[in-house]
Amino acid sequence: MNSTRKTIPIPPGHRRVGIEDSHAAALAVKQCNVDVVAAYPITPQTHIVERLAEMVANGELDAEFVPVESEHSAMTVCVGAEAAGARTFTCTSSQGLILMSEIVYITSAMRLPCVMILANRSLSGPLSIWCDHSDVMSIRDCGWIQTFAENGQEVYDLVFHAYRVAEMPEVLTPVILNVDGFYLTHVVESVLTAEQELIDRYLPPYRPRVSLHPDRPVTMGAYGVPELFTEAKKNQDEALKATYPFILKAWEEWGDLTGRYYHPVETYRAEGAQVLLLTMGSIGQTAMVAVDRMRDAGVPVGLVKLRLWRPFPFEELRRAVSGAEHLVVLDRAVSYGGPGGPVASEVRAALYGQPGAPVVHNFIVGLAGRDVAVEDLATIVQKSLTRKKPPRQEDYILYGARE
Amino acid sequence: MNRQRSSKAAAFRPAHELRSRDFEPGFVLTEVATSRYYKTGDWRSKRPVWDNNRCIQCGLCYIYCPDMAVRRRPDGFFEANLDYCKGCGICAQECFTKCIEMVDER
Repeated sequence: MNSTRKTIPIPPGHRRVGIEDSHAAALAVKQCNVDVVAAYPITPQTHIVERLAEMVANGELDAEFVPVESEHSAMTVCVGAEAAGARTFTCTSSQGLILMSEIVYITSAMRLPCVMILANRSLSGPLSIWCDHSDVMSIRDCGWIQTFAENGQEVYDLVFHAYRVAEMPEVLTPVILNVDGFYLTHVVESVLTAEQELIDRYLPPYRPRVSLHPDRPVTMGAYGVPELFTEAKKNQDEALKATYPFILKAWEEWGDLTGRYYHPVETYRAEGAQVLLLTMGSIGQTAMVAVDRMRDAGVPVGLVKLRLWRPFPFEELRRAVSGAEHLVVLDRAVSYGGPGGPVASEVRAALYGQPGAPVVHNFIVGLAGRDVAVEDLATIVQKSLTRKKPPRQEDYILYGARE
Repeated sequence: MNRQRSSKAAAFRPAHELRSRDFEPGFVLTEVATSRYYKTGDWRSKRPVWDNNRCIQCGLCYIYCPDMAVRRRPDGFFEANLDYCKGCGICAQECFTKCIEMVDER
């Protein structure tokens, strides 16, 4: 027995289990007591829906599992089921998302609170099954609430948050939970799972505002003539922005129940940092180790983690980075011929014209699952600090690319 | 039933007067048959004209009209509701006796 090992207390209403992240996600979806699951298998999402199919087949989950013929149909089934008042779940990756994207945009316009887990994977080509963020960035403007998880525990927790916030009467907006493919789908981790009683206290039954019923006819998905289309889009944009306080409220409630609090922008050892790294997704875990090592070596570096991608947390981001001289934004997607990675270009827009804003450096890393090691992050920080000329707004570096 | 909110009480607004705040979430329409408010007849470049000497009153024009813009008159013959007829010409194409002619709007 190693006497120096710390025992981390298990919070009330929880169990600590070793579980594959995908299975933790499936367990969470089951605990949300969904009515309909519609999905088409695609790596690296497969284990999540396979497990759900198993649960339905075994009678552990009383839901309709619709084995659709494509992702386009998966999203369509969810739209139809939500419109009839059901709680739904779908899950996809990469090419699957691209195929379903037509309906993804319609889902948010119709304010149907579907929940999707997106196991982030690069878009072809070249053909790849590995993790990056090119898939989610392709539907950046789809009008869904978009959150990012960093480890298995967060994947599990954020599923409940997704349903809680999506179905709030003031919100009624679908949620995409981004989980890095393989890192947050195929890894077995130690996860605190919650008792059903605790989940039931957090997530009330779904009460749709309107639903399709022969006795109460309504029209959903009507044609929008040019005379009112602009007003409709204004309505949708305002509605997504107005979800912000409710996203925070749902995280607050989860924190009060479980002790695990989440925020749109989170920081790690950012106090007094001259340089801040900014990450989204699982790289944040590596970055924390990198920050520890660099701090030990006397480099005044900290970390900012973006958890909420839409609606974009402008104020929190500005607060989190104020005081730093350099902000090193790590992207996992390329905007070919554009102003850097998608995260960096939005961060630069958020900081534009702000007095005393840090210099923004942009490195594109981890494409198609390429390893981003602690040493890489130290190199990236060094490169940013020793740059002779400050970067222009549109500068970015595809880190580690052999030329 | 009481969960289903109704906007029937609200007066109908023409499309060009709707404000962003007037929409139900998700652009749901709780009032039925609202397409009658949108008069699509001004799209038309040709109008159907019936020659009732050749019309056998079979009603194919009425059945085929995709906008339900053909109506039967009390005398059994048919005519177009020009508020909604888009001038597509399907009625003229399908007519057994070719008694419908598409005439240019001027």
